[in-house]
Amino acid sequence: MKNLLKQDKTYASVLIALAAVTLIIPFCNLISSVDSPLHFSAYSVSLIGKYLCFALLGLSLDMVWGYAGILVLGQGAFFALGGYAMGMYLMRQIGTRGVYGNPELPDFMVFLNWSELPWYWLGFENFGFAMLMVFLAPGILAFVFGWLAFRSRVTGVYLSIITQALTYALLLAFFRNEMGFGGNNGLTDFKEILGFNIQSEAVRSMLLLLSGLSLIGALLLCRWIVNSKLGRVVTAIRDQESRVRFLGYRVELFKLWVFVFAAMLAGLAGALYVPQVGIINPSEFSPLNSLEIVIWVAVGGRGTLYGAIIGAVLVNYAKSVLTGLMPDAWLFCLGGAFILVTLLLPDGIVGLLRRRIKSKSLDLSLEGEPT
Amino acid sequence: MMDEMTAPKGAASPQFRDYVDTKHGPILYMEDVSVSFDGFKALNHLSLYIDAGELRCLIGPNGAGKTTLMDVITGKTRPDTGEVFFGQTIDLLKMDEPAIAQAGICRKFQKPSVFDALTVFENLELALKTDKRTWPTLFSKLNGAQRDRIQEVMLLIGLVGLKNQLAGILSHGQKQWLEIGMLLMQEPKVMLVDEPIAGMTHQEVERTAELLLSLQGKHSIVVVEHDMEFVRSIARKVTVLHEGSVLTEGTMDEVQNDTRVIQVYLGG
Amino acid sequence: MTTNHAKNDFKTLPLPEHTAGPVRRNGGVFKSLLSLARAAIWALFLLTFSANLAAQTGDDLPQPLEQLRLGSMAEREQAIEQLAEDSRNLKLLQALQDGQLMDWKAESRLVIASESAKGYNLRDPFDGKAVLADVERDAVGKLNLTNKLRSVLRKAIGGLQLNADSADMRLEAVKAIAKDADDKALQLLRKRLEKERDAAVLAAIQEALWLQDLNGDDKPARLAAITALKNINNQDAYNRLRELAEPDAEADPEVAEQARSAVKKIESRLQNYAAIETVFFGLSLGAVLVLASIGLAITFGVMGVINMAHGELMMLGAYTTYVMQQLLPEYLGTALIISIPMAFLVAALVGVIIERGIIRFLYGRPLETLLATFGVSLFLQQSVRSIFSPLNRSVSTPDWMSGSWQINDFLSLTWNRFYILIFCLLVFTALLQILKRTKLGLEVRAVAQNRGMARAMGIPTARVDAMTFGLGSGIAGVAGVALSQITNVGPNLGQAYIVDSFMVVVFGGVGNLFGTLVAGFSLGIANKFLEPYAGAVLAKILVLVFIILFIQKKPRGLFPQKGRAADG
Repeated sequence: MKNLLKQDKTYASVLIALAAVTLIIPFCNLISSVDSPLHFSAYSVSLIGKYLCFALLGLSLDMVWGYAGILVLGQGAFFALGGYAMGMYLMRQIGTRGVYGNPELPDFMVFLNWSELPWYWLGFENFGFAMLMVFLAPGILAFVFGWLAFRSRVTGVYLSIITQALTYALLLAFFRNEMGFGGNNGLTDFKEILGFNIQSEAVRSMLLLLSGLSLIGALLLCRWIVNSKLGRVVTAIRDQESRVRFLGYRVELFKLWVFVFAAMLAGLAGALYVPQVGIINPSEFSPLNSLEIVIWVAVGGRGTLYGAIIGAVLVNYAKSVLTGLMPDAWLFCLGGAFILVTLLLPDGIVGLLRRRIKSKSLDLSLEGEPT
Repeated sequence: MMDEMTAPKGAASPQFRDYVDTKHGPILYMEDVSVSFDGFKALNHLSLYIDAGELRCLIGPNGAGKTTLMDVITGKTRPDTGEVFFGQTIDLLKMDEPAIAQAGICRKFQKPSVFDALTVFENLELALKTDKRTWPTLFSKLNGAQRDRIQEVMLLIGLVGLKNQLAGILSHGQKQWLEIGMLLMQEPKVMLVDEPIAGMTHQEVERTAELLLSLQGKHSIVVVEHDMEFVRSIARKVTVLHEGSVLTEGTMDEVQNDTRVIQVYLGG
Repeated sequence: MTTNHAKNDFKTLPLPEHTAGPVRRNGGVFKSLLSLARAAIWALFLLTFSANLAAQTGDDLPQPLEQLRLGSMAEREQAIEQLAEDSRNLKLLQALQDGQLMDWKAESRLVIASESAKGYNLRDPFDGKAVLADVERDAVGKLNLTNKLRSVLRKAIGGLQLNADSADMRLEAVKAIAKDADDKALQLLRKRLEKERDAAVLAAIQEALWLQDLNGDDKPARLAAITALKNINNQDAYNRLRELAEPDAEADPEVAEQARSAVKKIESRLQNYAAIETVFFGLSLGAVLVLASIGLAITFGVMGVINMAHGELMMLGAYTTYVMQQLLPEYLGTALIISIPMAFLVAALVGVIIERGIIRFLYGRPLETLLATFGVSLFLQQSVRSIFSPLNRSVSTPDWMSGSWQINDFLSLTWNRFYILIFCLLVFTALLQILKRTKLGLEVRAVAQNRGMARAMGIPTARVDAMTFGLGSGIAGVAGVALSQITNVGPNLGQAYIVDSFMVVVFGGVGNLFGTLVAGFSLGIANKFLEPYAGAVLAKILVLVFIILFIQKKPRGLFPQKGRAADG
């Protein structure tokens, strides 16, 4: 019982920390002037905002990998699709302020001598529609892909590799100019979001606030799901898929449910990420990106939800620091992290902490523990 | 002891019950079923009929096709030829595993397969006969009757005290019982029980025998077991499988005196 | 059918088409005892000749030379034709054609002049060897040729070469003469046709004659020529027939009609050749895929280990080739050959280290293995980046691998791809033999089928695991050597192939080497057939999507392992 409480304490402290970051930074920037020590620079605001988006992305992967046991090596694809949906909205907001001043077409289409907007760009000038697509685009892809894969009982490593192939195929596709998503350069030079200057400090703080709130909301929602009966069915599927089938559950539909849910969450993360970094390009689809998400979750500890958040923030912080200090060392560290975590820390940092707490609490209350 | 063993009452609402037509007697028909793996005939023109409420034991040497037979009934393996019907009307060959399970044919595996990461209670909760679609599962909440039912089964399998323990830490025998409990939670019409007493102590074996005997009549039960003593203690009718088809059927005594059976077991 | 090898020899010869620029002389071609003796006779002869030069006495041989030196264009033509009657004058005529036959003013005679530091190096006009003098530039005068003279000259040389001993040279001569053949040239060709034994030369003469008939006035001959030419792969014939097939190009409707049907026939053949070429490209791409994936078929298929660092092991093989070529810059070909065992050793060693250091702790946990080996791949990539620089390194292709095999006018296949195809099949066969016939192979198969039983039989499973992984890795290294010949050698080389090779293994059916072979080749061919319609990138995407869908349908690949064991 005590153990459970401790676990919940970690969960609670992660929630409090998230809430603090989410509320304090925008609040400080709201009340203080630019040169006050309380003020966070534009750089750090967007950096922290970025971390929050990555944490949300990590959380989405933990749902599929940690609970449903589906190691998705293409989670980045859903993130990128959400990002592109948002990017398309932002592109349409540029209007005549582009280099070519075309009111309808984004610059790259003018450059390609396109005469009209492709059909799949229609509607993206509407914020509501774009937000819908942030969830629908990754969701539909996940639905179609997952429906095919789970129905034919592709599991384990095979599934992992075809998810990698999926994101690789999308990478190649989005690199093509003919696709109409800006090719190599992607979508960038955004000006406004909902009529506000996207570069302005207030908007940046607002985006950080939104990212933080989305993350907290998603964490609460995910926790509710994994504690529901569906969560238990999914965990059971992870451990003994065929047994669950003989209990009368349609395993493929449960997997699909979680897969699509996680894809939509990743799409949301992408949509929040793009206005904060100001660009979305095909490199987000690269298999390496998706593998980095896996390492966040592995480092943090999978199957715990908050572990994914801790892992995403820690690994990305390490990445920011290391790529600044020694650009060469980052891949060594990332590679080393993969090896060490799998060999020595199968439950990640959270698992390590838990073991500490467990052994301590055992020491303290060996006799007082009821069965 | 016997008092604890009172059979569960059928508590589930009728909406999940499919109508199984058993007016001609048998609840399970297998006719001329053949399965081959890479040339090896696991089942060879096998025909088998299980009556409603019957307790049937299946015996046979290794490789006789016992597990394959269960695989065919539960939809895990598709036969090359033959027909498998549940009652008069339900064609099991047109259904997949979840559909067959929901129709009321449930199975205990040879290797105890409970969910180690879930508690005893949660294991039983998952097995509970209820709406098993995704969204209803997400929003499902146990009602009082369902809680009572889980409690009842836990009592029956003697795991009440271990309600909140993870199933992973149970002993082998306890896992077997938990799995039988999960079988009961599904309120099956047909129970397929593969080697229920492996790894059990003598007392546990006795209790299992009592439990199975108490269940017959309400459920049709097919037990696969190697332990002849156990089979003798529960079986009215025994079917001997050999090389993928039925060698003989009858009471334990009849079967044990059948020269062909003796030859199969001893003469190889 | 000419081979590339033969073609190279031609390049060293003064070809009749050459009309300008210095030509490399290669005495070796003419080296034979006979020609030496001939040269000696001529030297002797020349001595008497020069003594009598001033007198201009009636010797026939100097006469044409003088005509050539001083005469009018008409006289020069006559002189050339006269000279062309004796095969010993070939050298002289070729020199004339190349602009190297000059008038040595001081001696009033013709010599072969080649550029030297001082001006010109003068040599005897008949054998081209005996050096006479080294003179200033203005000591000699050039002989001018008109276009007509050049044409005469070309045919004269062709006529002489037509009787040469070497079949290759005769073939070249036929082509030269056929360029714009007149009656006389045709006569030469017809004459040669009777004597010719070499099939290729014979065919070339035939083609030239038919082409000539086609341009003539004799209608039956023209129709016969069209009938004959439509079955022949000759670019000139195709061009000419196409001209005739143009509307209004040909007055005779029957000839035009025949020409049109002939063009159609040739074009349908051209399509076949294009298809053959595509199949060849597909096979060679498939060979690359197979090479990249058979190592994986061992580690993944036989051992069940997901090695994401497989691509990086190939990269190590490619870098080994680079290092070997750096060590032996003079012997690129030898370096390449040595690289094959070296790359095998390097990659196998790294593979064994990975297996002993990481993978053996993760058996039975495929997803963890995947992640850990992915870490290894990042590590190896960054190591290469730090050691060799992040830029691509260039690995040279030895001469014998470059160029292409010209099968006919319409079809040629590049040698390097051809070699890779053969190399792939060799590696595949070698691997099959290792698995089938060696003790290691037996142990590998035993461990793959039943680890516990194998251990009980006294097979050291740990050692076998390490060796198997080493074998798979070593083959990846060997594949890297092949890749270094067709793609850039850089830190990202492995990444480009890893997804593809997994696809091949999965498509072919895990644990089945033949499946890998078939899958690799079929994906390669499919890719190349899609490319013309869809473009390279889209073709790749389509193939990926196809495999994704295919795995949905048949999760165990083209050739699945069967039986109860596969159900687990």
